[in-house]
Amino acid sequence: MALTDIWFLLIAVLWTGYFVLEGFDFGVGTLLRVLGRDDTDRRVLINTIGPVWDGNEVWLLVAGGATFAAFPLWYSSLFSGFYLALLLVLVALILRGVAFEFRGKLDSPRWRNTWDWIIVFGSAAPSLLWGVAFGNIVHGVPLDAQHHFTGTFFTLLNPYALLGGLATLSLFSFHGAVFLTLKTTGEIRGRAQSLSRALGGTAIVFGGVFLGYTAIEHGGWAWLSSALAALLLVAAVLFAAGERDGFAFASTAAAIIAVTFTLFWSLYPDVLPSTSDPAFGLTTTNASSTPYTLRIMTWVAVVFTPIVLAYQAWTYWVFRKRISRASIPAGGGLPAGRR
Amino acid sequence: MSALDIARWQFGITTVYHFLFVPLTIGLSFLVAGMQTAWVRTGNDRYRRMTKFWGKLFLINFAMGVATGIVQEFQFGMNWSDHSTFVGDVFGAPLAIEGLLAFFLESTFLGLWIFGWDKLPKKLHLATIWLASIGTVLSAYFILAANSWMQHPVGYAVNPATGRAELKDFGAVLTNSTAVGAFAHTITACFLTAGMFVVGISAWQLRKGRNADVYRPSMKLALVTVLVASLGVIVTGDLQARLMTEQQPMKMAAAEALYDTVAPASFSLFTIGSLDGSQERFSIRVPGVLSFMATGHFDGRVEGINDLQAGEQQQYGPGEYRPDIPVAYWTFRLMIGFGFLCLLISLVGLWLFRRGRTPRARWFFPVATAGLALPFLANSVGWIFTEMGRQPWSVFGVLKTANSVSPTVSAGTVLTSLIVFTVLYGVLAVVDGVLMVRYAKAGPPPPEAPAPETDEPRPAAFAY
Repeated sequence: MALTDIWFLLIAVLWTGYFVLEGFDFGVGTLLRVLGRDDTDRRVLINTIGPVWDGNEVWLLVAGGATFAAFPLWYSSLFSGFYLALLLVLVALILRGVAFEFRGKLDSPRWRNTWDWIIVFGSAAPSLLWGVAFGNIVHGVPLDAQHHFTGTFFTLLNPYALLGGLATLSLFSFHGAVFLTLKTTGEIRGRAQSLSRALGGTAIVFGGVFLGYTAIEHGGWAWLSSALAALLLVAAVLFAAGERDGFAFASTAAAIIAVTFTLFWSLYPDVLPSTSDPAFGLTTTNASSTPYTLRIMTWVAVVFTPIVLAYQAWTYWVFRKRISRASIPAGGGLPAGRR
Repeated sequence: MSALDIARWQFGITTVYHFLFVPLTIGLSFLVAGMQTAWVRTGNDRYRRMTKFWGKLFLINFAMGVATGIVQEFQFGMNWSDHSTFVGDVFGAPLAIEGLLAFFLESTFLGLWIFGWDKLPKKLHLATIWLASIGTVLSAYFILAANSWMQHPVGYAVNPATGRAELKDFGAVLTNSTAVGAFAHTITACFLTAGMFVVGISAWQLRKGRNADVYRPSMKLALVTVLVASLGVIVTGDLQARLMTEQQPMKMAAAEALYDTVAPASFSLFTIGSLDGSQERFSIRVPGVLSFMATGHFDGRVEGINDLQAGEQQQYGPGEYRPDIPVAYWTFRLMIGFGFLCLLISLVGLWLFRRGRTPRARWFFPVATAGLALPFLANSVGWIFTEMGRQPWSVFGVLKTANSVSPTVSAGTVLTSLIVFTVLYGVLAVVDGVLMVRYAKAGPPPPEAPAPETDEPRPAAFAY
C-alpha cells in the first residue's frame, strides 16, 4: 500500500469519525425545536451533547489539516472551488459554536429563542451542505488543466449533490434522534423515539436513492457497502422500536461508517475528478505531498490517534448517564434587562 | 479593489479578530488552572470562587476563539489556493499536527472540565484544566512554526519540475529560530494579556468595594503575572528584533523608517517621511539604540531601506520590495509603547498593594481598568506589523503575496465573504462584549453552603 493510499484512507477515517460524532450532535441541534417543548426540555437536549460537541468538531479541523498536508492540491482546488458553500458552512459553525455557550447566559425567553433557532440553523445547514459537498466530490466538478474549479456556486447545486445533502441531513437527524433516546428519559425520550421512526424511514429513502445512484455510477464494492448501510438503517429502526437504545445507536453509527466508506470507495483513486476532461482531475498521486512529508505525518498519526481515541472514549464514559429534566439546575443566566 | 486586495483585507480582519481571543484563552487557562490548584491544595473556598468567576469569563472568551478559528484553517484554501498548493508539503504538516495534538486535547479536556465538576474526583478534575491549558500552548507552537516558516523558510527546497516547495527537514521547521523566538514572545504576551485582563476587572470590582476576598488575591496574582510576563515580552522581543535584522532586514528597517544604512544607528521616537516613503523629512532620535536592538552593539551597522530595496531588486528582479513603511513604523512603535504601559501599571500596582495595603490613590483603579485594552491593542498591532512587514512576500524571498491568491475566485466572491464576516464578527463582538461586561460586573458565586443530605437526584453542578 502506497503512502498516498494510506493517507487517502486516513482522511476517509477522519471524515467518518467526523460524521459519526458530529453527525449526532448536528442531529440533536436540528431537532432542538421539534423535540424540546420548553426551555428545560431544550436544556436537556443541549446538555446531552454539551461536553462533547467541541471535541467532535475537531475531527473536521483535523480532516481539513490532513488534506492540506497530505494532498495540498486537493485542498486548494476543493476549498477555492467550493468557496460560497464553505462560507455558508463557516457561518453556520461559528454561530452554532457561540450559541451553545451564549444561550444560557441571559435569562430571557427572547434571547434563548434566538440562540435556539441559530442552533437549529447551525446544525441543519452543515448537515445538508456536507452531503452536497461530497456528492460533488464523488461525482466530479469542472476543472481546468491547472485543476482550478471553473464552475459557479450553482454548478454545485446539481440534483445528485442535492440528493446527497438530503441524505446526510436525514441521516444525521435520525442518528441524533436515536442518540437522544439513548441519552434522555421520560417524555423527551418518548418523543425522540417516535420521531426516530419517521426519520429512519426518510434516511432510508434518501440515503438509499443517493447510494443506489452512486453505486450505479461506480459499481463494484459500492453496491455491497450501500446494501450494508441500508440494512444497518433498517436494523436501527427496529432496535429503536424495540427499546434497544444502545444497539440502535451502534447501528446508525455503523450505517454512517458504511455510507462514508461507500463515498470514499467510489472516489478512489481520484480525490477530485474533473467533469470537463478526465485528465484534469486530481488523484491520490497527482495531488499528494512528497513521501517524506507523508512519512512524518504517518508516524505522528500512528502515535497520537490511539491516544486521542482513548481520551475521547473516556469522555463519553464519564458522561454516560442519561439526562433528565431533574438533572438541569434551576435558573442559570443573568437577568436580561439592564442591571 | 482586486480580489488580491480584498483577500488581504479579509485575512487581516479575520486574523486580528481571532487573535483578540486567543492570547486571553492561553493565558487565562493557566491562571484559572493555578487558582483551582490553590483551591484543591488548601480547600480555601475563596480560591473556588476565584476559579468559578474567572473560569466563566474564560469560557465566554474561549467560545469566540474556537468559533472564529475554523475560518483560519479554511481560508488558506479558499482565498490563497496558490499559496496552499505551493507551501502545502511544508506548511500543512504543522497545521494537521496542531489539530491532532492540540485541538483535540484542549477541546476534549475543556468539555470534561466544564461539565465534570461533580462527575470527576477533585484532583482528576483539576488535571483536565491543566491538560486543556497544555493543549492551548501546543497549538500556539505549531501554528507559530507554520507562520515562522513563512517569515524565514528553512528545511525545504523548491522542486523545479512542479514549482512547489518540498519539505526536506521537518526538524529544521520545528526548531526554526524564528519559531522559537515567536513562540517565546507570543506566550509571554499571552500571560501579559490575561494578567492585564484580571488586573482591569479586579480593579473595577475593588473600586466598588465588592468581594475583596476574591479580587484582592486575583489582583496580586495578576500584577505579578504582568510584571514577569512584560519583562519576558521585552527580553523575547529583543531576541526577535535581532533575528529579524538578520532574517528580514527590510522589516527591521521599515520598523525604524531607516532609509539610509548607518553605523551606529539611532532609535527613532518620531519620524516623518516623504509621501512616497523613500526618504526622511524630520525625526527625533535616541543615539545608538537601534544598533543595540538590531545587533547587540551600540555601534552596529544597520542597513537602510533604500540599500535593501536596491539589493533585493538585484537578487529577485525588478519590483517593489518595500512594505508599507508608515504602517510598519507605527505598529512597531505602538506595540512597544502599549507593552511598556502594561509594565508601568504592574509596577505602580504592586507598589500600591504592597504588604496587604489597599491603595489610597483612587485614580489607580480606573487607570488599571482602562489598561485592560492595552494588551489587546499591542497584540493586534504586533501581528499587523509582523505580517505587513513581510510584504510583498507571503513566503519571505520565495513566494509573493500577489502570486498566492486563488486564481479562479472572483473579486465579487471574496467581497461577499468579506462583508459576511465583517458583519457577523461585528454583531458577535457586541454580543460578546455585553456578556463579558455583564458577567464581569456580576461578580463571583456566593460562598459554599454545605449540600443538603438527600437521596433525591440532584441537578448537575453545571449545565448549559
